[in-house]
Amino acid sequence: MAATPQSAGEIGPRGERLGSLYYNTRKVASALNPRFYFSLIVMLLIIGFAIFGPIILGRDDPLITVGGLYDSPSREAWLGTDNFGRDVFTQLMYGTRTSLLIGFLAGIVATAIGLVIGTVAGFRGGNTEEGLMAITNVMLTIPSIVILILISLALNNRSLIVMGFIIGVVSWPWTARAVRAQTSSLKMREHVDIARLAGAGTLQIIVWEIIPFMLSYVVMAFVLQLSAGILQEATLSMLGLGPSDTVSLGIMLQWALLWESVRTGAWWAFVPPALLLTLIAFSLLLLQASIDEIFNPRLRRS
Amino acid sequence: MMLQTSQAPLLETRNLSRLFGHGEHIVKAVDNVSFSMQPGEIVSVVGESGSGKSTLSRLVLRLLDPTGGQLLLQGQDVTNLKGGGNLKAYWRKVQGVFQDPFAAFNQFYTIGQVMDKAMNVLDPQPSKKERRERVDHALREVGLDPTDVREKWPHQLSGGQVQRVMIARALVVGPKLLLADEPTSMLDASLRVTVLNLLLELRKRHNMGILFVTHDVGQAYYLSDRALVMYHGQVVEQGPVEMVLAHPQHEYTRRLLADVPRLLGWGPAPDVAELSA
Amino acid sequence: MTHMKAPICIVKNVTANYIAGPGPVVQAVDDVSLTIHQGEVLGIAGESGCGKSTLAAIMSMTARPPLIVKAGEMMVEGDKIALTQQTKAPVEWHGQVVSLLPQRSLNSLNPTAKVSDFVVDVVRGHDATVSPKQAIELARERLDIVSLPPRVLDSYPHQLSGGMRQRVVAVISTLLNPTVLIADEPTSALDVSSQKQLVMLLQLLLEREFIRCIAFITHDLPMLSNIAHRIAVMYAGNIVEIGDTEQIVEAPEHPYTKALITATLDPDPRVRGRQLSGLPGVPPDLRYPPPGCRFHPRCPYVMDVCQAGPVPVVGDENHFAVCHWVAQQLQPVSFYKADQ
Repeated sequence: MAATPQSAGEIGPRGERLGSLYYNTRKVASALNPRFYFSLIVMLLIIGFAIFGPIILGRDDPLITVGGLYDSPSREAWLGTDNFGRDVFTQLMYGTRTSLLIGFLAGIVATAIGLVIGTVAGFRGGNTEEGLMAITNVMLTIPSIVILILISLALNNRSLIVMGFIIGVVSWPWTARAVRAQTSSLKMREHVDIARLAGAGTLQIIVWEIIPFMLSYVVMAFVLQLSAGILQEATLSMLGLGPSDTVSLGIMLQWALLWESVRTGAWWAFVPPALLLTLIAFSLLLLQASIDEIFNPRLRRS
Repeated sequence: MMLQTSQAPLLETRNLSRLFGHGEHIVKAVDNVSFSMQPGEIVSVVGESGSGKSTLSRLVLRLLDPTGGQLLLQGQDVTNLKGGGNLKAYWRKVQGVFQDPFAAFNQFYTIGQVMDKAMNVLDPQPSKKERRERVDHALREVGLDPTDVREKWPHQLSGGQVQRVMIARALVVGPKLLLADEPTSMLDASLRVTVLNLLLELRKRHNMGILFVTHDVGQAYYLSDRALVMYHGQVVEQGPVEMVLAHPQHEYTRRLLADVPRLLGWGPAPDVAELSA
Repeated sequence: MTHMKAPICIVKNVTANYIAGPGPVVQAVDDVSLTIHQGEVLGIAGESGCGKSTLAAIMSMTARPPLIVKAGEMMVEGDKIALTQQTKAPVEWHGQVVSLLPQRSLNSLNPTAKVSDFVVDVVRGHDATVSPKQAIELARERLDIVSLPPRVLDSYPHQLSGGMRQRVVAVISTLLNPTVLIADEPTSALDVSSQKQLVMLLQLLLEREFIRCIAFITHDLPMLSNIAHRIAVMYAGNIVEIGDTEQIVEAPEHPYTKALITATLDPDPRVRGRQLSGLPGVPPDLRYPPPGCRFHPRCPYVMDVCQAGPVPVVGDENHFAVCHWVAQQLQPVSFYKADQ
């Protein structure tokens, strides 16, 4: 056999060897487009801003009084002060941190629950699938914000963790449906048959033969859940049902509206949090769209 | 070729059926199929797409439950096997090889890992040493070098090699019946013969029965002792393969044989009797 | 040797590469030349990766990056075109001079559009002067001539069987009477009976001179032996042998052709019981094609000379084998020798 650096594998239409890690990494690298870089950098900056900002700038407490009522931006308070004389810029940093954390927690919880329910329903089929999907569909039709409001009202202590958790618990149906559809089609693949012929049980098959092939999808679903979670939190907070022990972007907006910042012309109290929320949601969606572009051609191999 | 007719057949189906859907839209994928196989026999199931041959192979592999009829393995009724333990026992005796070697292998595992997992149906579980030996032995039997192939990922091998690994994977538990569902359809012509010869060799060595599902009459003829012709879920003809080829009884079989393109021109093959003269 | 009619389609020296990212290019087609004559079906046979589908794309002017045609020209009835400028082909070239019947075309029909809509799209795409009504009328006439029911025009694709769909696509892609029809694996996804019907349809179209010649590309040698007048065998981007069908099937010269023919499993008593053997090894990685003859690593008759330098073409334009061993068998060594 003539000397070739690699043994012949399945050759794609252009002569490339499909499936190798090397090939896939190069493919991913070449598919990384400007949008991906842009959204990734923006998100990293925002995260940096939220997590390292307070440390670098030495701002310990977002809720101490530094000036007067609605002071305009100055050299001491970069974005002015709020209705209680607290530094808006510091609040922005802590608020972003809270919003991101709640969104992250909500995303994890929603994706995890959706993954479990979706894979079990999709794989088992039959009555199990019917039952689980019925529950999912019912939950989808009830506006999640209504459920969230009811739950939030019932709780006395709404910490960051609790908020993240309840938002996640209310958002899983969307992921569950999508995961179920993917699972239904993936379970038809021959490697699942081979696994069954090797005596693998349902759990083993779901974990080793189905989920790895859905990973890209799960990642994308998570990013979307993250974005949705952040916005849900903002909505709740603006209604006064946000986390009770810390400041978030939504709470900042609530205060701004409550304490008449619009009428008094104190734009620095509401524009920055609104802008930042928009920026976060936008970059996350852009990130998700560009990840989709990268992963999708490979998924077509089925 | 040892056809022992005195003992129970290796595989027997009695009016085996599989229906899909309900009411008006019922589809009889497999409709009252009855046949039997002796140990060490190679039987082809010949059919075009939609004939039900793939559904039949899934039924025999117990990846699918029948909706009617019976399935017997070595005289035992296995129609309604449920439960991990029972199915594992079944899969010690019956294994399968599929059409698309790259779809059949999870790209996240090395060949060695896949072969090792195949042995999870064995009871008692062999020791690590024994597992390793079995894997190496099976790989050598299909003409592959274990040290070369064990650590590789499926995409690093050629289609023909992966297909052989699939056969080795089935062999590693020592089955009595191998179900080969279009194992050569995605291979080039020059490779096909090699794989078919391998199957013949394995049958001889292990007295292993092979149920060979295909749409290709030529391959069926080369490989098998008996043939079943399937059409719309039913077996329309069965018998020794020379008879089915030379004297097709059913209209569908006749048409099939007439339409098959041959290197030596379209039309039925010359009579067997004429040739042996 | 069949009586040679006039050459209709002459393809010369096609070389093409795939640019598969950074790193060496895939040398998919290497200096391929062939001729198709009036009323002829030229079969192009080969296994996966031999370049036959690439050649089909190039000949039908549908090759696009990452497939880059480095060299080659095609002459159809006197009209010459440089194959290197695939996107610059004149619009009439598609559909009227050369038409492609692609692989799996039975799945390429828009499931939400009726067949008649498809007809209008295709015809007007190639010739915008034709009105939709004219296009449908043309299709109706043609379907009638080839004895296909006119009701297919009003059907949706899913209402037709796979075989019928393929035949319909074949009819539609030849509506504008292309000189050359390039059929790329038209029978691969079909049942045996549908295959036969499609082949008969193509032969009818040829007979009635709606098309002047066909390049029939497939890996299915038995199929070719039933439809092709001449067969070109491709391996790793080269044509290794060309000849009359009868000669290729009964007296193949090139070692690869020999291997292919012997590995063909006819459902024939003469085949049974005979221990056939396949070809060991795999086709080469065309990013690093073997030096000299591309087949030499797998060839049972390999000699030292096979690994270096150009391989002699033994025979004449219409019937040759590209092989050192064949050259040696037929002493004295012959190169392009005009046959009388």
